[in-house]
Amino acid sequence: MTTAADFQFNVKQNWCPGCGDFSVQAAIQRALAAVDAQPHEVAIISGIGCSSRLPGYVNAYGFHSTHGRSLPLAQGVKLANPALTVLACGGDGDGFAIGIGHTIHAMRRDVDITYIVMDNHVYGLTKGQVSPRSDLGFVTKTSPHGSTERPVSALELALSAGAGFVAQGFSKDLNELAQLIEAGIRHNGFSFINVFSPCVTFNKINTYEWYSQRIKKLSDLAGYDPGNRMAAMQCVMEQEGLVTGLIYERKNA
Amino acid sequence: MLQQVSWKIGGQQGEGIESAGDLLAQGLSRQGYHLYGYRVFSSRIRGGHTDYNLRLGTTKVASIADKIDVLIALDQETIAICARELSGDGWVIADEQFTPVLPAGTKARMLGVPLTALAQQSGNVKMKNIIAVGLTVFMLGLNPTDWEEPLREMFGDKGEPMLQGNLAALHIGWDYGEKFAADLREAYKMGAGDKIQRLYVIGNEAISQGAIAAGARFMAAYPITPASEIMEAMVKRLPELGGAMVQTEDEIAACMMAIGANYAGIRAFTATSGPGLSLMAESIGLAGMTETPLVVIDVQRGGPSTGLPTKHEQSDIMAAIFSTHGEAPKIVMALDATASAFGDTVEAFNLAEEYQCPVILLSDMQLSLANQTTDISSAEAVFTMRRGELKSVAELPPLSKNEYFKRYQVTPSGVSPRVIPGTKNGIHHVTGLEHDESGRPFEGVANRIAQTDKRLRKLSSVAARFPESLRIDAPTEKTRLLIIGIGASGGPIAEAVSRLRLEGITVNHVQVRLLHPFPSEILQPLLDAAEAVVVAEHNATGQLAALIRANSRPTGAIHSILKYDGNPFRPEEIVVGCREVL
Repeated sequence: MTTAADFQFNVKQNWCPGCGDFSVQAAIQRALAAVDAQPHEVAIISGIGCSSRLPGYVNAYGFHSTHGRSLPLAQGVKLANPALTVLACGGDGDGFAIGIGHTIHAMRRDVDITYIVMDNHVYGLTKGQVSPRSDLGFVTKTSPHGSTERPVSALELALSAGAGFVAQGFSKDLNELAQLIEAGIRHNGFSFINVFSPCVTFNKINTYEWYSQRIKKLSDLAGYDPGNRMAAMQCVMEQEGLVTGLIYERKNA
Repeated sequence: MLQQVSWKIGGQQGEGIESAGDLLAQGLSRQGYHLYGYRVFSSRIRGGHTDYNLRLGTTKVASIADKIDVLIALDQETIAICARELSGDGWVIADEQFTPVLPAGTKARMLGVPLTALAQQSGNVKMKNIIAVGLTVFMLGLNPTDWEEPLREMFGDKGEPMLQGNLAALHIGWDYGEKFAADLREAYKMGAGDKIQRLYVIGNEAISQGAIAAGARFMAAYPITPASEIMEAMVKRLPELGGAMVQTEDEIAACMMAIGANYAGIRAFTATSGPGLSLMAESIGLAGMTETPLVVIDVQRGGPSTGLPTKHEQSDIMAAIFSTHGEAPKIVMALDATASAFGDTVEAFNLAEEYQCPVILLSDMQLSLANQTTDISSAEAVFTMRRGELKSVAELPPLSKNEYFKRYQVTPSGVSPRVIPGTKNGIHHVTGLEHDESGRPFEGVANRIAQTDKRLRKLSSVAARFPESLRIDAPTEKTRLLIIGIGASGGPIAEAVSRLRLEGITVNHVQVRLLHPFPSEILQPLLDAAEAVVVAEHNATGQLAALIRANSRPTGAIHSILKYDGNPFRPEEIVVGCREVL
């Protein structure tokens, strides 16, 4: 049996203290141990951005590629060697701006990889520009009068694109996040896990407190059935995407 | 009896022009004739002029001819477009249905034939193309029964009535010739073929077979003219070999997927044309920086932008070498013939793994889509798979905790040991950032220089090792003229060279097959030995000539013959261009 420690690697992360990405890394390491993966049989593929540095901090094969292109690369790896456990990760710019086309088509193609988006609603590595996940009115260096573009609804998009596994976690809830990633890895097919991973430096609006006050856990909603895609879509729309837990999993995938 | 004829059939797309050309070719190939087939088509599905030029000979043909001897016209537009290509003593055989008219000043003669009416007689007006083939078979002095087997192969799966209708049409066309066109038979009766049936394939088919033989088991690509045939061939063959072809959402995904599959240890590639190559530029740089093997096939067509999507050009030479930002190691090679495309494709995969870098294999539309009889039997060819410094688990010492495998170890050759994911004791990091020997991002000055030098040093041995980096036909040490070409132009240039030699001019001929790194040391003595140098290429700016100037010591002037109207060189154009220089 492997443990989370087997996936530790002594590299100092270049994330800001308090960044949500630390707990995403911890959750991934726990989830990999939970499915008893061997470090050399895991490949973690990322794009470009703060969060995309993650593969370099985990003891596993890692490939830090180009902006927005983690998914096609990860699919190529998995198709070439299906025995590998393949994770793709990156930020909301990677997955919903430059790479959104790949996100949709990876969901359609349903190659068995797990895609984790560290969603902080802002561009961190380039020091604070608006993101496709930024809320309307969000003021940044490139949206000085507030964002005028509607944010991409990540979960609605995943459900409508045909993703067979859709979940959302929050960096503050490490246990739930690790369980969701584990379930994503176990899911046979493409799994998508969006994670609210606050940027403590460039996003002073969508903070840990902001999310904590608004997020509803699906496990607290009586009778919620993650096998019902239509109900999942309705719930996501009613809650304006501010839910965590397993939103939808296609059976017999 | 003739040793060579240039035949063309033209009409609207959807009228069976390609089937007619292919059918005639299949029968001729069985008789042992050498063939060169070139199709002109428009960028649309139905409608628009299309034609199929088939040159047949009792000896090797590797180019379209200067002139057309026989033109079969299914519409007036064909006559209007093709009349200027007709030989002075040639013939136009036109469907009487549309009251054909020869443009004023045309020297060729015309024979009206009721192709449509004869097709109706055989039961289907659409079969006028087959009537035309039957008539052609008569004119060439050949036996229509020798076309029954090819017809069965082409139409056998479309039902018995369809097959019988086509068989009838073939004979009706032949019989019509016997009754009304005996003088044409006198004019075009061919000498006998050698009865050796050769592979009659397009370059894209040779490339596809080469990829399979090389052990490629994954292809990711986005459809684009004139490269899509490679995807279509691979999707048919890869599944039974345990592989796959994936049609991606765009060329960026295609290139990245191929990089991912190569990284994971299987031979993978993509194929595209100019617009796709532009989209892949960033990914090709990633493969260079991460030293991941990658094969990208670029079948050039007319550019820039969407340009001439169904026409021939060789204008991606500079883009293939330079389009990636920064200074990434890269090998760029150019196919120069259908027969060698097979082996060259195998070599591309071997080089990609040996040098751990992207290999761009340039083809061009003429080479990729022209049909040619080739003497290779690819199924029997055996190639060695050279995987370079790829290490297996048995070769790896255990790693201590917090130690990575030195994937980017600085070595004298510049090539580092490589392992693939899944290999125990091989864990390392890969990044497009500058990195240390273990792949960890690192901006240290000494490391930056060491890693840059290492990546670029790899290429220093390529030119000397590359098999026939220049295809050289240089019978004389000192020569009046050296003609240099690239890609499919090797055929027409070779033909021009033999004509010039018959005139008593000493001519050497070189086709450049390795563009980057450039084989300067091999070319220099050939340049030095020539009184005049001519570079013939299909672009407007003389890209190959510029590349030669940049990679050779100054000699005399380098003259250019440039053609960029979308059509391939005819041998006489090269001859005329050379005479102007001499």
